[in-house]
Amino acid sequence: MDIPFTTKPRPDTGLYNAKIGMWLFLASEVMLFGGLFSAYIFLRVGAPAGTWPHGWLNVTLGTINTLILALSAITTLLAWVALKLKQFPRYKIFHGLTILLALTFLSIKSYEYRDKFLHYEVQLKDGRIADGHMVENKKEADHIVLHGHYFTNHAEITAGPAPGSKEHAELHIARADIKKIGNYGPAHNTFLGIYFCLTILHALHILGGAIVIAYLWGPGSKMWFTDPERFTNRVEVSGLFWHFVDLVWIFLFPILYLT
Amino acid sequence: MSDSSPESYKNYTRKCLMIFLAVVCGTGLMVGTSFAPLASGPRIALILAIACVNAFLVASYLMHLLTERKMVYVVLAFTVVFFIVLMGLTIWAHNDMPHLKGV
Repeated sequence: MDIPFTTKPRPDTGLYNAKIGMWLFLASEVMLFGGLFSAYIFLRVGAPAGTWPHGWLNVTLGTINTLILALSAITTLLAWVALKLKQFPRYKIFHGLTILLALTFLSIKSYEYRDKFLHYEVQLKDGRIADGHMVENKKEADHIVLHGHYFTNHAEITAGPAPGSKEHAELHIARADIKKIGNYGPAHNTFLGIYFCLTILHALHILGGAIVIAYLWGPGSKMWFTDPERFTNRVEVSGLFWHFVDLVWIFLFPILYLT
Repeated sequence: MSDSSPESYKNYTRKCLMIFLAVVCGTGLMVGTSFAPLASGPRIALILAIACVNAFLVASYLMHLLTERKMVYVVLAFTVVFFIVLMGLTIWAHNDMPHLKGV
């Protein structure tokens, strides 16, 4: 039995089924991310003055990732145009590039997460706070080594690094002097909680999109030789999802990295 | 795209490359604005305005929203209404907490 309206538009909607299906899915996705953006606004405006962190994320890496996603949006579009022009080898090149760009985005994001999990805040019994990246944390040793700074209060840490701030120093801290220790994971504070929640959900969308695009680039591309119009429509629909993922990042980048 | 001739796709490709350049410039502007010596409120508003322009370019041209069928607009109209209600509830709830007023 043939599935109807995979290539020809339905008379009532004017669209082939996969396309209207994708738009309905994207509408639900808007509400999913909308709920989380709403949570972000709530947490941010509800935070007492001076407690919302600034400058904790790497703007350079965020900018590079924004440009990578914007470029991948173009390559996926060029892949679809190549199919419309019956240029299958060009399609393979452009969609291959899209997959590579998606993997680059995920690699950079993983590096950023790793950086956060290696970054520690150590509260000392004398009231000072040591903040920096863990260099040495051997269980048998009576001290730990951080690469960072000492601070006298949390406000200095939340304000982020000042322009031209001093060089990081190697801090040797005796375990006996430590009151509390924790890394910059999701449990550190509400900013990092919502940062990890939003960006991991977005990264999962990137991963899912990349898997679908990889399928259409690899085994799924056999359909081009049997039903080229339907295959082109599949590529168009996967492209719609990819552009939506780009669209979400266009808002995530400024609210998390720049404001 | 209503016209499916090779020439129209070539023109469309050129347009998309221009959109890409515009998004790159918009991103640069956002980053530049984040370092500008402005008060927090106007700076955030400016950055989000640029983000909205970037989003409009992607949705309108790369997702072909400007030339889509009526059914897509109907679906998105519902989404827009629900999204506005969602954000409205957030603002309403925020204003309902006296201890947060003026934050």
